[in-house]
Amino acid sequence: MISPAVEKARVVWSVISEKFGDAVSPLDENPTMPFFEVTRPELWLDIALFMRDNPKLRFNYMACLSGVDYPEEGKLGIVCNLESLGEHGYTIAVKVKCDREGGVIPSVSRVWKTADWHEREAYDMFGMTFSGHQDMRRILCPEDWEGFPLRKDYQVQENYHGIKVPY
Amino acid sequence: MQELGKVEQASVRVTPDGENRIVIEKDLSSEEMILNMGPQHPSTHGVLRLECRTDGEVVIEAEPYLGYLHRCFEKHAEMTDYPGIVPYVDRMDYLAAMNSDFAYAIAVEKLLDIEIPRRVEFLRVIVAELNRIASHLVAIGTYAIDLGAFTPFLFCFRDREHIMSLLEWTSGARMLYNYILIGGVAYDFPRGFVERTAEFVNYFRPKAVELQKLLTENEIFVKRTRGIGMMPADVAINYGWSGPMLRGSGVEWDLRRVDGYSIYPELDFRVCVPDGRFSDIGDSLSRHLVRAMEMEESLNIIEQCLDRMPSPEGFDPRAAIPKRIRPREGEVYGRAENPRGELGFYIQSDGKSTKPVRCKARSSCFVNLSAMKELSQGQLIPDLVAIIGSIDIVLGEVDR
Repeated sequence: MISPAVEKARVVWSVISEKFGDAVSPLDENPTMPFFEVTRPELWLDIALFMRDNPKLRFNYMACLSGVDYPEEGKLGIVCNLESLGEHGYTIAVKVKCDREGGVIPSVSRVWKTADWHEREAYDMFGMTFSGHQDMRRILCPEDWEGFPLRKDYQVQENYHGIKVPY
Repeated sequence: MQELGKVEQASVRVTPDGENRIVIEKDLSSEEMILNMGPQHPSTHGVLRLECRTDGEVVIEAEPYLGYLHRCFEKHAEMTDYPGIVPYVDRMDYLAAMNSDFAYAIAVEKLLDIEIPRRVEFLRVIVAELNRIASHLVAIGTYAIDLGAFTPFLFCFRDREHIMSLLEWTSGARMLYNYILIGGVAYDFPRGFVERTAEFVNYFRPKAVELQKLLTENEIFVKRTRGIGMMPADVAINYGWSGPMLRGSGVEWDLRRVDGYSIYPELDFRVCVPDGRFSDIGDSLSRHLVRAMEMEESLNIIEQCLDRMPSPEGFDPRAAIPKRIRPREGEVYGRAENPRGELGFYIQSDGKSTKPVRCKARSSCFVNLSAMKELSQGQLIPDLVAIIGSIDIVLGEVDR
């Protein structure tokens, strides 16, 4: 039996893949969080705008944007949980990946304003930058903090302004 | 790029309409001054710093600076096994620890595919709704004190203490409960708890009305909040607002109804949205009203649960808790309706380890607060206090 979440995600995915073709990967039909990956990250902003404004989709609500580290692939990525709030009731997750060193992902902070702080947090914790973001600063860590704490190979700095950090 | 800008403008208004917004004309504007509000300021509800660019009494823009309470929840979660994360979750939103545990349990249980005993669901809903009332009482009480009304604060904390002692009785802790575990709850209700809770519901009903009379019908309070901090519904959705904040903008959106998790589909309750009689929809007063109305709905939910609860005979609250929690490989985004909005957990499991590969908490206050910069534009400094209070932030959850 296919769960209703997967069925809805299939509808969404077919509309998007019709427009963008091979820029999106096949849908991962797991019952807990169906997702697809944007295989051409430079198109992520266009896909995001399409998803928000297409009358068949209307993903007007971004529930969550999480940064993720994939050390074995040598990549960093984001996972966006999107929802068509109050209109179609669709939910779907989108993954975008970039290189581990100097990786850039297009910012969607002008599509969903909530992505502004979420992207700042992802930058703060993982170190990928978001091109087109108005205000790319750290948000939770101090501005002069070294390294990106949620990377799997993160080594904490010895001293911070003369304060011993590892306890 | 120009075309892109146009599309964006078309569907989302960049600045919400608000008649009370003050725009200083060029001739009248004087010298700009940077004014820091916080990190130690009673009305920022914790350690939040707002850097306000002011012109006289008018705030041109307020930029929030956070992170003073950052305790690396997500890093800790990657180093702790699944049940061990629950106490950390408690300490995020310390005013609504039960609800936070509930959201976390829902997320992990989605990956585990376990059947939750029916009585456990009732226990969870009752404690979560009690905690919701307690949390809203703090929100309303501190909001009143921000605006200079001292009495409601004392009334709120008096009644909250009853809830605190009820929850302490069943879980052993006053604020940070560690009560809702993955697959069950820590203990069954003690003997006499149901009767005492029913007594509390009867006691609190008139008190909630009294509180409404003190604040919502108080002219000074209404003058300070009505029409302040307007947020139209479409902008609120675009900012990712949820919970009482989004409902205050007139959007009927409640995860208890929409997602229908736990036993909420069986229960009869109303999704509270302001009707525009007492407030302008989308202002600070609306958000306050939603909280006040929700307390009464929570009382209704608790009453229904107490009536329908299965008998405790032969019940083991820990029966469904797996010996070793090792979810299958996969990802999940689980969420629940917290007093402050949608609390979600994005969890990634590799199927081998007892620790999550990634555990991200989507904090409701963090997202709600992100609209602060836009809400503050052109407001008077005292109104800034009214706006922050209406967002009802808990910095423990904002900074995690």
